[in-house]
Amino acid sequence: MNYSSLLIAIVILFGGAYLLGRNRARALASAGGSLHSLPTHYGALMALWTGLPAVLLLLLWSILQGPVVDALLVKQLPAAIQQGTDIEIQLALSKVHNLAQGAGLAADASLQPAVEHLLALEQRNRVLHMGGALVIALLGLGLSWRRLRPSLRARTEVERIVSVLLFTSSGIAVLTTFGILASVLYEAWAFFQKVNVFEFLFGTTWSPQVALREDQSGSSGSFGAVPLFTGTLLISLIAMSIAVPVGLMSAIYLSEYATPTVRKYAKPALEVLAGIPTVVYGFFAVLTVAPMVRDIGVSMGLDVSSESALAAGLVMGIMIIPFVSSLSDDVINAVPQSLRDGSYGLGATRSETVRQVIIPAALPGIVGAVMLAVSRAIGETMIVAMAAGLAANLTANPLDSVTTVTVQIVTLLVGDQEFDSPKTLAAFALGLVLFLVTLTLNFIALKVVQKYREQYD
Amino acid sequence: MSIIENHTTNGQAFSEAPKLQARNVDVFYGDKQAIYDVSFDIGANEVIALIGPSGCGKSTFLRCLNRMNDTIDICRIEGDILLDEENIYDPKVDVVPLRARVGMVFQKPNPFPKSIYDNIAYGPRIHGLAQSRVELDEIVERSLQRAGLWNEVKDRLHSPGTGLSGGQQQRLCIARTIAVDPEVILMDEPCSALDPIATAKIEELIDELRENYTIAIVTHSMQQAARVSQRTAYFHMGQLIEVNPTDQVFTTPEHSLTEAYITGRFG
Amino acid sequence: MTNLTTREKVERSMKRRRASESRFRAYGVASVVFGLLCLVILFTDILRNGVSAFEQTVMDVSIELDGDYLGIDSQADDSAIKLANFDGLVKRHFDREVQPERRDRRQLFSLISAGASWQLQKMVLEDPSLVGQTVNVALLMDDDVDQWFKHYRGHSAHPVLNETQLGWLNQWADEGRLHTNFNTLFFTNGDSSEPELAGIRGAITGTFLTLMVTFLLSFPIGIAAAIYLEEFAPRNKITEFVEININNLAAVPSITFGLLGLAIFINLFGVARSTPLVGGLVLTLMTLPTIIISSRAAIKAVPPSIREAAYGLGASKMQVVFHHVLPLALPGMLTGTIIGMAQALGETAPLLMIGMIAFVVDVPGFITDPSTVLPVQIYLWSNGSEAAFTERTSGAIIVLLCFLITMNAAAVWLRRKLERRW
Repeated sequence: MNYSSLLIAIVILFGGAYLLGRNRARALASAGGSLHSLPTHYGALMALWTGLPAVLLLLLWSILQGPVVDALLVKQLPAAIQQGTDIEIQLALSKVHNLAQGAGLAADASLQPAVEHLLALEQRNRVLHMGGALVIALLGLGLSWRRLRPSLRARTEVERIVSVLLFTSSGIAVLTTFGILASVLYEAWAFFQKVNVFEFLFGTTWSPQVALREDQSGSSGSFGAVPLFTGTLLISLIAMSIAVPVGLMSAIYLSEYATPTVRKYAKPALEVLAGIPTVVYGFFAVLTVAPMVRDIGVSMGLDVSSESALAAGLVMGIMIIPFVSSLSDDVINAVPQSLRDGSYGLGATRSETVRQVIIPAALPGIVGAVMLAVSRAIGETMIVAMAAGLAANLTANPLDSVTTVTVQIVTLLVGDQEFDSPKTLAAFALGLVLFLVTLTLNFIALKVVQKYREQYD
Repeated sequence: MSIIENHTTNGQAFSEAPKLQARNVDVFYGDKQAIYDVSFDIGANEVIALIGPSGCGKSTFLRCLNRMNDTIDICRIEGDILLDEENIYDPKVDVVPLRARVGMVFQKPNPFPKSIYDNIAYGPRIHGLAQSRVELDEIVERSLQRAGLWNEVKDRLHSPGTGLSGGQQQRLCIARTIAVDPEVILMDEPCSALDPIATAKIEELIDELRENYTIAIVTHSMQQAARVSQRTAYFHMGQLIEVNPTDQVFTTPEHSLTEAYITGRFG
Repeated sequence: MTNLTTREKVERSMKRRRASESRFRAYGVASVVFGLLCLVILFTDILRNGVSAFEQTVMDVSIELDGDYLGIDSQADDSAIKLANFDGLVKRHFDREVQPERRDRRQLFSLISAGASWQLQKMVLEDPSLVGQTVNVALLMDDDVDQWFKHYRGHSAHPVLNETQLGWLNQWADEGRLHTNFNTLFFTNGDSSEPELAGIRGAITGTFLTLMVTFLLSFPIGIAAAIYLEEFAPRNKITEFVEININNLAAVPSITFGLLGLAIFINLFGVARSTPLVGGLVLTLMTLPTIIISSRAAIKAVPPSIREAAYGLGASKMQVVFHHVLPLALPGMLTGTIIGMAQALGETAPLLMIGMIAFVVDVPGFITDPSTVLPVQIYLWSNGSEAAFTERTSGAIIVLLCFLITMNAAAVWLRRKLERRW
């Protein structure tokens, strides 16, 4: 028996329970009992009682089985390994798992008891786990069948269960935030056990690759993230210096100057830019923009890296234009018409009205929009992963190659990894910084925009 | 009620010393006509009240007088409006200096989200009316004084204009208009959002301003029209029914529609 | 100076102000034009580079399927055919036809794709009676030949192909034997290290499976969350916290969802790496905020009168929501979901974290098979050094953009339909 047939069995039980409950309720009703709720409510109640606990058990089991199995396995490992470090135990465990799956590793006699134990455990686990789910489903079916009588407040109960389900769904967003925070915090904590926090935050040399060669003197690698922060800032700055003026002026032109026809076509056309996947922008940057930037630079006698921050920043700026323009457009449209009338009534030109009345009035909203855009630029990954370099140069020269936080996260985590190496953990420490910075920016920006909207509502 | 065919305006529509002259003005919103063939004069240094039931076109007409309707894309105007004998709808005319000459006060007080001082100084600044900071200070003080607001705000000129009460805000808007030193002031129901005490203050102010300015005021309050204006124009369904001295309109209206309106049969 | 009237002062300021007005307006026009120009350049650039990916250079060859050489006859079964040396047959054919000098043989063989022998093998597998006959076949050429024929024909030198090779190719081309066919393999093959054999079918299937998981999870959960927040949630601190959370999550960098997937789904729960299952899970968390926010807007747009009417008939809160509000809000929710799915379709970064970047030749069959997705395939190919991979990257981008345009058009269509309702 495998998972899919188990799921099918549960679905059949679920549907069967519904029909059973509904028909029983109908029978009760025609036998003269006055039902509290509609027959379908009784059906739904039985179905929920049958399906929910079983699915919950399956979920819990699949979450918990890994750690539990490992805990049981450790006891079967040779005593020498059991007394070793955590890493050694982890290594041995993963070897055991691989051996049990029949991977072509050299058999290790000392691990054999553990492997056999694992195989036996898995066998038992499967039976218990699937059997348990079926038993619980049948139990739910039986219990609810016994409870079913006309006076049962089926609708109220169903509604209570459904509202719990609805609540749980909305809680997933919160769980996600905590999940992200917990995962980056946990791994980052492990990282900071190996590398000093201050060295990470204020060190100016980033060369995680050294950590691979353990026999050499510099085996700990250097994890000074300052070049990554400055690189991220440099590229974001270039991007914002394109996106903010162009995006803002486009929004102003489209909302204050353009005829309805122009607005009708130009606005969605600009928004198409926002729908293009970032990987496409990245390819565009590598294929077209970077060579162009270099050619122009070289023709002016400048020394331009082929992975210049300028090229990546330019393309990122283009990507963010529609983001800034549509956010600013909302904000500008929220400025009451009466303020425009007041200004025009005094004989102001359009540009005077825009510059001296509309922009000051919309300023909090625009600041919020720009902050959201900055957060987006900082977190953008694909464009920089493709068009920016890997070398952690500490420079403010936009023609040089710089690397960013996101590029390093990708580089450190893509490919095979040992999970405990500082190199891998460093990615999570960077992730923590990235998450905290963008979360703070978003939080403040959203608050500012919300306050701004309330002001004119 | 429908449009009266071949209607001509009753009463004394024309003035001996006209400041503004409307001649055969039609206004359209898209395909819909809002104003039909309106012709009359607004005399220099008089207060003229435009009254009529809601949707009669009085506000639309008022907004034609300084081309505020230009900001509405679908609005189209035919006919002539002359300011000092000069057609303001002439293609050569720039709306910016025109609006500096014909200022406007709106239904809802709309101070800019700036300080009281900056609200008043906005117009003089954009039009380059003051050569120096001192001159600008003078303009601000003079405007606030004429609007009767100086004593109330002189200690907090740099606090936001939006922090004032409704009546004060509206007087601030009037002061803002005066600061540009216009020749005509258009007022679009300036007291409709205010309480009776604030209204009384504004009405008093209008009366004082008459000395130096020509004022056209749209109002839905007949008492207000009677109190502040010398002449009254009655609009109905986009047509100008009657223009006469205010006393006469309210005592012996010429047209039956005017009479029906002022006696409250519709409104 | 002070004697000037107000009117004169205003008139005097006009010249400067008109100039500044037209300058400002010009900035506005320039900004919009710049944005649109970027769009046009981006699209033409991708199209210019990518359209040729849908064509592949082949060469008309009459080749004898020599049964003696292959060691099979027309009755041979599949396993025997699979063992037969078609590669050698192709080489022998060209050896005999061109009769190159010994040292040039390798260069001759390198012009023909490794796929050529599979082509012949496939023909024979389909019809073993062809063995012993001479067949006319359009043989797949190597990617360098393909690029040369499509883009560099007529140039005297070529960075990869040498003079001898160019001599043969020019001769074949002049004879009209080289030509391009529609590149079917691009749509039917998985990834390959040979550009001319690399296709997007694996990636598209992976994308489809991943999006299916995403949709099946995010649509019900998103709608349930929206219903709860809009209809049931009490106005208190907890609800406010949930709302702030959702709004913030919508703006968190996508790569952090990849970190969560790696640390929690893969390392903690032991979900298999590189699979549509884990990809779908990560994208679900990523698209949920979008779906919740737009679904809430759709629920808000349902007129309160409908709710009141249902309450008036004695319906319970749950019945009002599920019988009246939900059906009316559904098109709006679907629109939001499609937009969320389109976002997920173009997403790359978080999927790199969870190993969907693996080189997968086989087309995945189920959500637990290792696979990649279209945007990641684009990323992988964009790192390829051969020019043919650049072309295929653009080709894959065109396919991706077509999917996106279709999805967004569907969303716009749905929204239009929705608007007509009230």
